[in-house]
Order: sequence, then structure tokens, then C-alpha cells
Amino acid sequence: MKKWNLVIDVAQCFNCNACAMACHDEYFGNEFPGYAAEMPRLGHRWIDIRQRETGRCPVVEVAYLPVTCNHCDDAPCVKAARDGAVAKRADGIVIIVPEKAKGQRQLVDACPYGAIWWNEEKALPQAWPFDAHLLDRGWTKTRGSQVCPTRAMRTLHVEDEEMQRIVREEGLQVLHPEYGTRPRVYYKNLDRWTKVFVAGSVAGVLDGVTECIEDARVVLERDGRALAEARTDPYGDFKFGGLEAGSGGYRVRIADERFAAKALDVALGESAYLGTIMLEPRAAPTRAAG
Amino acid sequence: MRAGAITFSLLLYGILKTLRHKARRHPHFARRLAERDFTAQIRTFDGAVARYYAFRAGSIESKRGLHPSPDITISVASAALGARLFTPWVDQLERIEAMKNFDFKADGPDELVVWFTQTLSMLRSLEWEYGTDIGDGTRRYVTNTNGGPLFVYVKDGKIVRLTPIEFGDDDAQPWTISARGKRFTPPRQTTAAPHTLCSKSTVYSPDRLLYPMKRVDFDPKGERNCQNRGISGYERISWDEALDIVASEIQRVKTEHGQGAIIANHGSHHTWGNIGYYISAAFKFFNTIGYTRVIHNPDSWEGWYWGAMHHFGYSMRLGQTETYSTVEDLLKEAEMVVFWSADPECTSGSYSAFEGTARRQWLRDLGIEIVHIDPYYNHTAALLGGKWFAPKPGTDTAMALAIAHVWITEGLYDQKFVAERSVGFEPWRDYVLGRGDGVPKTPEWQEPETGIPAKDVRALARRWGRKKTYLGAGGWGNGHGGACRSATGIQWARALACLLAMQGMGRPGVNYGHLQWGTPIDLHFYFPGYADGGMSGDLEGTGMPISLYQRMPQLPTFNPSTQKVPRLRIPEAILEGKTEGYPWNGKTIEGQFQKFSYPAAGHSPIRMFYKYGGASIGTMSETNRYVRAYRTDKLEFVVNQSIWFEGEAKFADVLLPACTQFERWDISEFGGTGGYALHGQTQMNHRIALMQHKCIEPLGESKSDWQIFLELSHRLGLGAYYSEGMTELDWVKRLFDASDLPKHISWKEFLKKGYFVVPAPAEHERDPVALRWFYEGRKKDVPEPHPLPGDYGKQFLEGLQTQSGKFEFECSSLKRFDPDDPERPPIVKYLPSWEGTQTKELYERYPLQMISPHSRFSYHTLSDGKQSAVNDIDEHRVCVNGYYYWVVRINAQDAAARGIRERDLVKLYNDRGAVVCAAHVTERLPRGVVHAYESSAVYDPVGEPGESVDRGGCINQLTPKRSIAAKVTGTAVNSCLIEIVPWDGSGELRTAAVAAAPVRAKAERAALPTS
Repeated sequence: MKKWNLVIDVAQCFNCNACAMACHDEYFGNEFPGYAAEMPRLGHRWIDIRQRETGRCPVVEVAYLPVTCNHCDDAPCVKAARDGAVAKRADGIVIIVPEKAKGQRQLVDACPYGAIWWNEEKALPQAWPFDAHLLDRGWTKTRGSQVCPTRAMRTLHVEDEEMQRIVREEGLQVLHPEYGTRPRVYYKNLDRWTKVFVAGSVAGVLDGVTECIEDARVVLERDGRALAEARTDPYGDFKFGGLEAGSGGYRVRIADERFAAKALDVALGESAYLGTIMLEPRAAPTRAAG
Repeated sequence: MRAGAITFSLLLYGILKTLRHKARRHPHFARRLAERDFTAQIRTFDGAVARYYAFRAGSIESKRGLHPSPDITISVASAALGARLFTPWVDQLERIEAMKNFDFKADGPDELVVWFTQTLSMLRSLEWEYGTDIGDGTRRYVTNTNGGPLFVYVKDGKIVRLTPIEFGDDDAQPWTISARGKRFTPPRQTTAAPHTLCSKSTVYSPDRLLYPMKRVDFDPKGERNCQNRGISGYERISWDEALDIVASEIQRVKTEHGQGAIIANHGSHHTWGNIGYYISAAFKFFNTIGYTRVIHNPDSWEGWYWGAMHHFGYSMRLGQTETYSTVEDLLKEAEMVVFWSADPECTSGSYSAFEGTARRQWLRDLGIEIVHIDPYYNHTAALLGGKWFAPKPGTDTAMALAIAHVWITEGLYDQKFVAERSVGFEPWRDYVLGRGDGVPKTPEWQEPETGIPAKDVRALARRWGRKKTYLGAGGWGNGHGGACRSATGIQWARALACLLAMQGMGRPGVNYGHLQWGTPIDLHFYFPGYADGGMSGDLEGTGMPISLYQRMPQLPTFNPSTQKVPRLRIPEAILEGKTEGYPWNGKTIEGQFQKFSYPAAGHSPIRMFYKYGGASIGTMSETNRYVRAYRTDKLEFVVNQSIWFEGEAKFADVLLPACTQFERWDISEFGGTGGYALHGQTQMNHRIALMQHKCIEPLGESKSDWQIFLELSHRLGLGAYYSEGMTELDWVKRLFDASDLPKHISWKEFLKKGYFVVPAPAEHERDPVALRWFYEGRKKDVPEPHPLPGDYGKQFLEGLQTQSGKFEFECSSLKRFDPDDPERPPIVKYLPSWEGTQTKELYERYPLQMISPHSRFSYHTLSDGKQSAVNDIDEHRVCVNGYYYWVVRINAQDAAARGIRERDLVKLYNDRGAVVCAAHVTERLPRGVVHAYESSAVYDPVGEPGESVDRGGCINQLTPKRSIAAKVTGTAVNSCLIEIVPWDGSGELRTAAVAAAPVRAKAERAALPTS
């Protein structure tokens, strides 16, 4: 049968919070028996956009990660619930049943993603119920999908096999697959959230003037083996992304026929911007020309 | 009896029958008829045709002829005229003419007259249906906001949800642009800004003013205790008491002090609509009572208005160029876009939600190169990527001059265009080359100014000079916001204008824009913008004379007072009794030169302040001045008509609670601004005209602004003049009739459905590309009725608005005005900021440059504070120990040097004030620069108002009051030096050093591990 899935493109999220506001609009001041009790005016972020900056001025990257209930197929909250307080529906959606979940604070701690919020006033654990009350009435997408200006948040209603095909084709990932929770919320371009980069700006003196060096060949090496190659852009900039944070020693080799070759060693923790890298003139020719 | 007399007589009888019939069918109408016991007489002047209607406990007794003592009398000059004016389909022009000529009069108490005429007009509207039933007792209405249109789901009189509008099968199809083998079509739905999507939380905010209030120690007949404004509490009073106080204070100050004693001012953009918005109902009311007008500075245009305009004209756009069809041209032709002080993904084109966002995605699809120049790694940069340059605030002009230097020395500019379409290039070229002052403006020269390496500027200049490049300046692409609001804003905008002229503005692929303006929609469909004046009748202060006045005849209004105060100088006018300014007047280039002084000759000093909304402390500059100005008895009376109890509303003597736009009728277009932003709809992907349904009843005792002004007007004998005897909904219908909507959709269907999508023109009907006519030396061919015909030097439609008709590198208008003005010389030169890194003494004390762009999640103060949903967005406010603090962004090294960590509470201060914010430590700023949005709605002084630390986040307490330049009146809020220290919890403005432990956030929710 067709089941519900959410796909979030991290590269397309720019923290506009339209999804978060639409979610607040849906649940603040409204009660949907069987689906959700009212969300508090302030303090809950059922769609919570987290931010990460990497690099340093003037070469930085900013990534935003909307985190919400993952509607896991093997949900820790279902296991932690008493009296059937958390229901896994046949269509994949996980519902914290407001009528049954009162006082079950352990559900908040059960979620490894921090996606369940504690409603102090109602003594109720709450999470985003995938707008199931709307989908059950014929809506085809969630409130967040509807308002997302970059289409970064897509609602997919497909068979599980079809979803797995999409996962493969688009290179989708889930948050913390090692938790074994099998989320139904997938992320595209999650590398922007998890990976780091090495970047630099190549310059050299031409005709007595310091210039950006365009089209220099830059090779990223590890243990003497080339991992990637790039050409500098008109500003002399290069960047190697998709590297593991804290992955240690790399060597960056820069070659431009007008200058002496250069190599820099980088111990990679977080992203590294190497700043302006001045190329030196080639060593004087060993014999006269001609 | 003549035919007219018979008809009129029958119509008057028909009124009786209809009143009774409708009362039987509509219980709420029957209840209305029971509201008043009185007798209304309708008659011809000579009494030959007459009928009276006596209302008694809901029943109506009516007879032909004259009543001996009617309470009100409505009379017409002749029976023939009466026959025409009392038919259901009245000609508005004839009606207005009859009123102006006193051929159609009303006598008796205004309140009864208007009640009676409104009752008669309801006979037409009682059966009007609106909204869509979607089952389960929910009805879906439509509204429009300054952040996009909405479907409004209402159940049991309460708003359930707000969504954007997804188009149906019966709505028009959008346009498609073919570019470089790809086809681009916008999504068939509207977008909505976060400050709009959170509206339910602001409508139902605990900070709503639900009842009229009076300051407890204010007695209009005794002690006023003006010094206690902002300190004393309030008590609830009745509407009658509140309105009586305000009306009698209006009369008192007028008779005691004379012309000009009332000052009135609106905030901007706290609501939306063509009828109930400030530039409509409020202007009408204020004109009718006579007031000292507050002259707003062109606050989002400053540098373009005072500067760039002198190079190319466009005074009617306040110094921003036309933008027609630039979306298509950019996609087809451009190879690069330079975003210069431009963050459209933050400011949403002011009124256009995320309409441009989808289009800018296409830049990536086409592989168009992107450059960002902004001290902050802004949201557009973060989303789109590209090369980022971060000049020190206020130094961009040096960078621009260096780019020009490279172009001149390397021949990388359009020399034919410069020779044929411009004048005055030689003196500017010589200045750039350093021929006069011996200082060539090279990339090396700019490096110490801007902090940008010379090599990078050279690389950019070469890239730009070789590629067809769009210059996206400011949030609209042709200016607006950012660096133009700084001490160097005039020179920056001027320098950018010169750069684009060097590249041949109007050449295919070379123009202003970043896909924010210039969509191929139908601009020949008429629907007025809000700045066209609605029902204001204001022919001087709105865009009404262009089209709306002809299409919607209405009683004109004129302000009898000629006294003016610059908005930035209201405190000086009140406290010092003297000030002056230069106006925001876009009719001609020379409009801005007309200096004015306060007080105006023969006028009274201002004694009463009628404030509409409460945004000044968050949005003006050095705003402790405004706090102090409120707390003086030089202002004898302050009334604030506000939706929320916030900001300066807390300094009023009497508070009049206005409702939100969800609680009243209106009509408007998505992004329809009109006036100085003519054809601003081209920011939208679709033109959409919208009903603004009255979705719910006003909360508490709040009333629409329109209704509050009406009820005050009644007390001044101006009710019939103000309303023309009509209801708000009647005015909405009149505006519908005045537009082109009736050619496409019936009133009945429009009212029910709530919106109409204007079909996009066929590809061959699209408007010509902006400035192409100028580039090619043809007559102007875009649908822009600017400049005024008299502003052409040669043939009508030939050339620009400048004296020469060409682009002027050396500006004739500035030469005429003051050729020796060092701040605004005829050619643009670099002059270091008067508050920046070069003001040594100040910079040593306050070594951080603060920029304060327009906020991302609130529209000015709309949606901030009020316990609205946006407060939970970390980028907007941060909750520390239970209080939601405004956010300041600070470079990581600057933070470390001050012992500041993420989310620490910090004090931002300088000689002007001190504000507490929560710190966000970042690499998105270079060292020495901090970033905090302007526009906090919350003013929360920790001690005495105006003299203590504010923890509400009104960072404009720190920005300079000084005008950009001596001979202009413009704000320079982005030139602001401050220091930041960890906050010690004290309310003292100045603490010598930080000794105490900083206030830190309690342990936060654990962050999600990143790996």
C-alpha cells in the first residue's frame, strides 16, 4: 500500500521558517482529537530548523536542517509508550494519541532526535503528526510542503518499494541510520549538514602586480593518493567539499606553469579555509634559454 | 406630476417596502432597524416630493409629505436628480457632483444621517454571499496581507488556519519564459512570508488592545501628568468616553492654539488594503481635521533618491529605474549577476512574500555566475552560493571606484554608449584616474578602506567588464534598502549608477535586477495600488490623480495646514520647537531641494499627537529621543490608535483599539503598491486581485480603523463627508467597479470566490525590456507614465529626465543646486563615512560597526513581539531564562576577545543608549562588524524610559539621528559605531567595565549531534 514519506533537501532550505510557521498555525489554537492536542503558543518547535555554519570569513557555508518527527518504522517512542499511547498507522504515520499519552514524559526522552516536546500545561508529549488529519481528508501534501518556497520539503505518498527506488536515485539519507529507527523522513544533500571542506585562494605576482591566479590545477591528496582535482576560478578560489570532519591529514598541491609548484598540509578538523596562498616564482632556469 | 417626480416618489415608497421586506428575511437587519428611534425625511428642496420614515423599536411608519419635526433630512435639488440618485445603480460622478454643489444635502446629527444612509445601502448588500463552504462547518475566506494572500479557514467565528492560495482549474495559466533551451514557468500558487503565516498568533495575541483605555493619571479637565507617559498604567473606558475625549481634544487644540496644533503620523505596513489602510482612511480623516503633516524620508531609497536620481532621473520611482521585462532578459542574456547590498531572500521584495525565490533558483539551472557584495553573508548568498565580498560597512563606494578604474585603464566598458548616451564622463574619469587629486582610485587604493584585497577587486572588475552582467542593487534589484541607508549611501548609489552606465544600461543582458522585479505579467489591466489613495480623496499626498480619481470619483480632501515636520525630527520639533528638512517629493528631480522649516509661518507649535500604530522606537534613529519627546507637557495630548499594546503605544493618554485586517472588509492586489512603486506587481509571478473578506468579527471591542475615524468624524460634524454615507463594504465595491475587474468577473462571483488571477499576456504582447529604448536611442516605449511631460527636454518620450536627456556622470541638477556641496558634488567622489572606521576618536571608543537591515521575520514591527510564533525562530529572537531577546550577530574573534559565547546576553551601547541582545557568534561577518535587524516591536526599558537599558531589542536607540548629508533629510542607520560587552544585568546606560559574571542561558535542549 502507499505510505507517507517526507523528503527534505538540505541544500534548498534557507531557514525561511515558512514550514515551521505553517505547522504552528495548524496546531496552535486547534485541537484534532485522535491526532493532536493544541500546541502551546510558544516554546514548541514541532518543525525545528537547526543551523550549522562551517568555514571562516570570507569562505563559509551555512546549512539548515529541519528536524521533525521522523515517523520511524521502528520507532523508539512506540516501544516506550504505555497503553498504546503511540500508534503506528498502516500508512506509516506515527501518532502520539493525545487522549492516551497524558503524563508519559518518558516519550520525550525516548526520541533520539529530540523531536518530541513536552507540553507542561497539558502534561502531554507532542510531536508533529504529519498533518494526518488533513491527509485523511484528502490533502495531498503537508502544510510545510505547501508553503515551502524552494520546494525543499516534498510529501511523497508511494509504496515502500517505490520510495526505496527514489532513495537510491536521489541519494537520500536519513538522520542517524545507526539508531536503527528506520525514519520515513529523508534528506537530500545531507552532506551539507555533516561534511566539511578545504578551500583556499591562490594568488601570485604577475608583471609586478598581485593577481588572483585562475585555472591553477589543485589536487587534494591523502597518503600520497589523489582524492580530487579542481581548477581555481577567476578569483583564484578552490574548494573540496564532502570531507569527513576530523578526518586528519591531507595535502593540497597547487600547480600553475607560471609559478613554482606548492604543497600545503592540512590537518582537517572542521572546515578549513587556507586563506590566500601566494605562489612563488619558478626557480631560475638552470641553463640559459636557447 | 412630471416623470421625474413620479419616479422619485415611487422610489421613496419602494424604500419603505424594501426595508420591511428585508427586515422580514434577515433577522440581523431587523435588529439593526431597532437600533435607533428617530424620523428621517427625504425631500426635494421645494418639498414637492417628500416622504418620511419614522423608526420606532424596529418598526417603520412612513408617509408621503413632510414631517413636522424630522430628526434628519436628506434633500435633493430636484425630483429628477432624486430619481437618479436613489436608483440602485447610481452614477458615482453625478452623486459626487451633486454633493459638491450642495444639490444633495443632509441635515441633522451626522451619526443618524450616516446610520440611515448606510442602512439604505445595506438593502443592496444583504444578500451578498461571500466565502466558500468546505464542509464540517468551516468556511474558507480570502484575505491579502503585506506578505502575501491567504485562504482563511474559519469555524465557529474563529480562524482555524491560514494557507497560501493554490490556483484552481478555472484560474488563468501562468507565463513561460524560454531561455537557452530551457523553459521556466512559475508555480500555480501564491507564496506567504513568515510574518504573514504567523498571523493567527498575532490576531489572537494577548497583547491585543481589546478595549479603549485611558492612562490612569490623565485627566483632560485637570492634571494631565504628561511626565508619566510610559510609566503609569491604564484603565478601561467606554468607546463613548474615549471618542469624546479625542474629539474634544481635537476641537480644544484647534480653537486654543490654531492651525497646525495637531500632528498626526502613521507607521508603515502594519496592515494592508486599498480602503482601510493608512494612505486611504487615515489620510482622509487627517485631511478633514487639518494637521501638521509628518514628512517621511524615503527611508528605503535614501541613496537612490538623494543621489542616483541626479544621474538618470526616475524621480517618480524615487531614483530607481524602470524594470519592465528584465526577468526574461536576464534569463536569456545575462552571464553574471552581482548582488550588491542585496538580500532579496531576507526582505522578500517588501510585499512579495517568496515570489522571487522560485525564479532565482533558475540562475543555478542556467549556470549564471553570482557575486555577492555585502558585509554579511546574507541569506541569498547562503542559498544561492557564489563569490562573496565583505567590504567594511560604508566603504563600498571605494570598491566601486576601483572597479571603474580597472574598466577605464583596461578598456572594459561600453565606450560607444558612454560617448552617445551620456554626458560628463571626462571629469569623472579624470577623478577616478586621480588626475586632479593625484590619487588614482586603484584596487590597491581601495584595499585599506574596504578590507577587500586589491587582487580580488581586479578579478571582479575584469569578470564584470567581460561578461553581460545584471547589477542587482538592494532588495529590489534597482535599489531599496541596505547600503543606501548609510552615511555613504548617496555616493554608493551614485557610484553604482555610474558603473552600470559604463556597461551600457539597457543593453541585452545588462540592466538592474536580480529577478525580483520584471515578470512578464499584464500591466494593462487596471487595479490601483494602495499608494493610489483608496478613499482618501487626497490628490496631493497620494498617487490618486494618475488614474483612481477619474475611475472612482470621490469627494476630494485637502489638508488646510501647510506645516510639516520631518519624521526623523519629530522629537526636535516637540522638544526644541524648531527644526527643518528636505522633502520626499518625487514629482520632479528638483522636488527634493525644497527646504522647509518648522514651525511654518503663522502656524501653532504642535500640541496634540495623533499616532496611528506604535513602531517609532523600533524603526527610527536614536530613538530614545522619541521616548523623551513623549514625556513632556509640550505635548498636551497623545492618542494612539493601535492594534497591539506595544512600543510607543505605551506612551499614549488614550488608546483606541483597532482591529486587524482579518476583522474588516477591504480589497487589494498582491504586492499592489502603486504610487512611487508603480507596477510593483512585477515582483509577483501572477497578478491577483483579492477581496479581503471580513473573516471574523472584531475581537473584544476593537473596531476597524475606518470605523474609528467615522465615529470621530460624527462628533466633528464630518461623518457624512468622511464616509459619503457609505459602509466600508460599499467603498470596497466602488473600488471593484473602478478597476478592470468587472470586465472579467462579476461582483457576485468575485465576492464569493475572493480572488481573480489576471491572465498573463501572450509572449508577443509582453512589454519591451526596460531601458532598451534608451540604449538604442529610441523614444521611450515602456508603459510608464513618467517623468512628467514637462520634464522632457526635447521631444515628449525622448531621453531621460535629466537636463541633458542623457545619463549624466556630472549631474546638472546638483550643479544648479549647489556645485560646491562637499557631500554631494556634481561627480560622485569617495568621502569616508562620518561614522565609521575613519572617525578615529569615536572608533577608538566604539570599535564595532553595526549594520541593521530590515528584519527577516517581521515586517517592521508587524509580527514581532506580541507573543507571536516568530519569536520562537532562533534567528529572530532567542529565549534566555524565559525572556525572548533580540539577536545580535558578532564575528567569532570579536566575540572571543570580549568573552562572549553563543547565546550570552550582551549589552550593545554607545553614547546614545544601550540595548540588551542575545549573541549569535558567527563567521558570516568580518571582524569589526556586527549585525542586528532593526524593527523590534518591544520597548522594555529596565529603568526609566528613555534613560536606561532596553531589553526589548530596539537597536535603533543606538543609530545616529544625523542626516546622511547636510542638505538632505535621510536616515543613515547603517553607519553606527558601538561596543558590546557581556550584560551584567544592570539597567544603567553606562557601566564602566564589566565586572560581574555575564548572564548566561541555562542549559539548552541538547543539540542534535552532527555525526
